[in-house]
Amino acid sequence: MFARIPPSALLGLVLTALFLITAVFAPLLAPYGKTEIVGAVWEPMTSEHWLGTDNLGRDLLSRMIYGARTTIFIATMATVLSFTLGSILGFTAAVVGGWIDQLLSRFVDLLMSIPTLIFALVVLSVLPSTVLTLVVVMGVLDATRVYRLSRAVAVDINVMDYVEAARLRGEGQIWVIFREILPNALSPLVAELGLRFIFMVLFVSALSFLGLGIQPPEADWGGMVKENKDGIVFGIPAALIPAAAIAALAISVNLVADWILNRTTSLKGGRGA
Amino acid sequence: MGMVTRLVAQRLALGLLLLFAVSILIFAGTQILPGDVAQSILGQSATPEALANLRKEMGLNEPALSRYLDWLGGLLTGDLGTSLSSGASISEQIASRLANTLFLASVAAIVSVPLAIMLGLIAVRYRNRWPDKMISGITLASISLPEFFIGYLLIFFVAVKLAWFPSIATVYESMSFWERLSTVALPAATLTLVVLAHMMRMTRAAILNVMQSAYVETAELKGLTAFDVIRKHAFPNAIAPIVNVVMLNLAFLVVGVVVVEVIFVYPGMGQYLVDHVAKRDVPVVQACGLIFAAFYIGLNLVADIVAILTNPRLRHPK
Repeated sequence: MFARIPPSALLGLVLTALFLITAVFAPLLAPYGKTEIVGAVWEPMTSEHWLGTDNLGRDLLSRMIYGARTTIFIATMATVLSFTLGSILGFTAAVVGGWIDQLLSRFVDLLMSIPTLIFALVVLSVLPSTVLTLVVVMGVLDATRVYRLSRAVAVDINVMDYVEAARLRGEGQIWVIFREILPNALSPLVAELGLRFIFMVLFVSALSFLGLGIQPPEADWGGMVKENKDGIVFGIPAALIPAAAIAALAISVNLVADWILNRTTSLKGGRGA
Repeated sequence: MGMVTRLVAQRLALGLLLLFAVSILIFAGTQILPGDVAQSILGQSATPEALANLRKEMGLNEPALSRYLDWLGGLLTGDLGTSLSSGASISEQIASRLANTLFLASVAAIVSVPLAIMLGLIAVRYRNRWPDKMISGITLASISLPEFFIGYLLIFFVAVKLAWFPSIATVYESMSFWERLSTVALPAATLTLVVLAHMMRMTRAAILNVMQSAYVETAELKGLTAFDVIRKHAFPNAIAPIVNVVMLNLAFLVVGVVVVEVIFVYPGMGQYLVDHVAKRDVPVVQACGLIFAAFYIGLNLVADIVAILTNPRLRHPK
């Protein structure tokens, strides 16, 4: 079956899997503790410290490994929240219609008229800086996009004969949403999943980079860029390593998402590679 | 009053209404959410007396509606309130920073817009051949790159290793225009790279859409030269989507500026906003948030209006 996967998608799959494995088994893989000080500040790469040490003399590789865990965990949680909230509300709006649809859609329009990062900053200025706050803020703000997509998909499905049949059979709205709409809307939503996940990775990294996301001494990639950025002007590339990791994760997931997108569109007889 | 004027007026009114709604949302986001502003400022260990005093000082004991109306009244007369952390007038502090941000964003826009349209045209001209494939590949990669990766790569190689431009973009009053331009070279380059990919991809799609339409094929078949096909048929129809793409990306640039200013320690609105979010200085955050949102809405509005002006079909809604 691997023969049918294009090489770019295969590369994406392998890299994504590697990142996931790193995240899950972080404590087993990391050679040192994440807050353990093991040497001088910004030591170069050696056989002992493969990526050198960071701004406080902690092993950079170990922090990268723990950072993978934090970044991927938070991005995943926020994506799950965004999809659950966005798709349920989107399906409900499409199936129920009427004033509920109007109310939800206009509110989403309003939320989307403010740039996501700006609104997140506004809200984070009053909320306590915890992981839960971060996940909820990111998830809710991003749910607007999932809402629009799932509402559009569900509006199309809602007029199909099998939905009509279910209604005539006397099924309730909840049944229609979960048993008729959801299974049929799944494939366009899955393709979107990868893109939303990338957005979340970039979003949480940007917030941490600005000092408003994950708080130290916890390790996460965006925060590590911030911690090590002062070394850049002295020619110490420590900050570039977590930044490159974020880029590598985003590109790998993008390659996989692109492949899934092409596959699902070609299955439907649409254009696709 | 003509149909067009009425539609444009309608859009403007809608934009104002949206801005008004956004001001409510931003106010509600900071004042009505479960977090207590006074508590956040003073921290968990604050004494009840200190909390009560601060609440009184900030007028938090008054009902939310009257506080909102006060704030809105101030905004309309150009008074953005006073900063909690410095006690200074926000309007005065923002003025010069806003000018700096607009300067940076304009430089980035002047470089990126023509470049993106040109690359988009090249991609269409050589569709499915190597230039197009290369451009799409780079686009895919650069969409996935965080702003700070591009920014620090540029600082590391161009500013530190080659020492062509300063790594920190400090600007001051007495600088000449050219000095200023050289200072913002790297931040503007970062912003350009961030929006370029999006803009190029969308331009390519917009032009491709027009080039594949039946009237362009007819024009080709009736023997017009390639130049005339583009001038008479393709270009007028591509303006609206391209302007739309440009405006959407300028709106995107407004947001990108926040992270880029922090990377280069550039004294603009973005840096100002981020600093005051960390200090939990709510009046400053509200003012900055509203200004950023206003630019974003304004640019989207311009995109809408240009679309109406250049596309007669939109003037007759069904």
